[in-house]
Amino acid sequence: MSDIVFTNVARTFKRDGQEFPALKEINLTVRDKEFVAIVGPSGCGKTTCMRMAAGLEFPSSGTVSVGGKVVTAPGPDRAVVFQQFALFPWKTVTENIGFGLVANGVAEMDRTRRVADVIKLMNLGGYESAFPHQLSGGMQQRVAIARAYVLDPQVLLMDEPFGALDAQTRVVMQEELVRLSRVNPRTVLFITHAVEEAVYLADRVVVMSRRPGMIREIMDIASVRTSDNWDRFEKIEDVMDQASFVHLRTHIWRLLREQQAPGDH
Amino acid sequence: MSQSNSSGITAPRTAQAVDARTPLDTGTRWRLHLTGLAAFLALWWVVAAAGLMPKAFMPSPADVALQFIKLTQDPFAGYTLQTHLLSSIGRYLMGFGLAVAIGLPLGLLMGWFRTLDAIVTPLFEGLRYVAPIAWVPFAALWFGTGIGGPTLIIFAGAFPPCVVNAYRGAKQVEPYLIEAARMLGLSSTRMITQVLLPAAVPSIIAGVRVSAGLGWQSLVGAELIVASSGVGYLMVKGQSSISTAIVMSGMIAIGVVGLLIDIGIRQIEAAVNRKRGRA
Repeated sequence: MSDIVFTNVARTFKRDGQEFPALKEINLTVRDKEFVAIVGPSGCGKTTCMRMAAGLEFPSSGTVSVGGKVVTAPGPDRAVVFQQFALFPWKTVTENIGFGLVANGVAEMDRTRRVADVIKLMNLGGYESAFPHQLSGGMQQRVAIARAYVLDPQVLLMDEPFGALDAQTRVVMQEELVRLSRVNPRTVLFITHAVEEAVYLADRVVVMSRRPGMIREIMDIASVRTSDNWDRFEKIEDVMDQASFVHLRTHIWRLLREQQAPGDH
Repeated sequence: MSQSNSSGITAPRTAQAVDARTPLDTGTRWRLHLTGLAAFLALWWVVAAAGLMPKAFMPSPADVALQFIKLTQDPFAGYTLQTHLLSSIGRYLMGFGLAVAIGLPLGLLMGWFRTLDAIVTPLFEGLRYVAPIAWVPFAALWFGTGIGGPTLIIFAGAFPPCVVNAYRGAKQVEPYLIEAARMLGLSSTRMITQVLLPAAVPSIIAGVRVSAGLGWQSLVGAELIVASSGVGYLMVKGQSSISTAIVMSGMIAIGVVGLLIDIGIRQIEAAVNRKRGRA
């Protein structure tokens, strides 16, 4: 069982001696093996939510727990995929992927096998000894996802993982991620500002408001996906053509648009 | 500002070589190296031949070359030039080696542990402006003129760039790389040796290169005062016997060795870059 539970989470930050609320009354449960996406305007604190689940930041009040345990530090049971890929530039693809296994004392034979498996899973064959700067953005993010998957974490935390990719690569990676989550389901918390991406990937989409960041609405996508059988389509554009998809997308767009502060674009 | 577009101030570039960033090919570069050296020797020869100064004060390139060869055969100030050089290099390796061995770990640790940074930085920033040569009295009193005294002075010269560059390299590691490493479960020790150190390598190599140069410069200063062998010592003895050719021979030996040290470090840098796929 690896669920992520936010209980009455609030987060304030101080500037010039004054306290500002950044997040307020966050109550959310990401169930075991569920894929939840958080969308919201920039500055709504959605990344902070992910970072609190990772143990890279902490709530000012309330608790975040993973698998029943309150998060107090980062750890390899929760893998993070960062927007900036965060690959080690002096390590090859194989070394980057295997680094977490080395750090956790996995024996070399086991390590080699697991790295080879995940290289195959992520279609990285042929690039084993390449360095990150020799790869395209999409390939680099594949390596980062492979590095997260190889540790066999129960929880995957993804912070706008496709935000730095071009539109076409992005679509390919979204389809890959769907394929991965079918083969190898995990509890996923996925942060994005792209509405279509959220609807396409997630079982549930959390829409946040900003200043202070609060949960505005939680939408169930999985039931629509099942009843309308989106999975019969292989390509994202076919799913995006469905009336049910368009309806969900438009609804979320309206929710986000209402939040737009005057002067924002 | 508004007129600059029509005035044609920016003349079209006629050759690629005008662009300072375009690398010269190896042949051209070597020809230019040799041209510079030849021009220098020619100028030196003209000044010496013009007789503006007594010959004893301004020897010609040929006089110095002859003296240089003589020094490699007949001992002066106790030893031949090679022996003096070896003695200098031995001290240098001690002082420089100590500076690298202590400076790099200290800089990395300061870059990781904020408390250590706060304790050490003010002291270090104060001390590093004390010129290496200012340590001479203490070097002589504490360690004498054997290997210890000069080593301390070389260390004083070579230490600061090692610390500063390792520290800066560690401080400039992208925060998301550290976070990624923490998520992968890295311990603090591994974080220093396997993330901070490799990430700081470019900065460290730049620091070691500066450090090697400063150390070698300090060596000669040290030997001028606290030594009974070495190239610096040879030069002082040359000065007291009013042989400017001997002093110049010492200068040449120092310059050549310094150049070789720098070439060596650049080779190491190139090898590291190749290993990281950045040829």
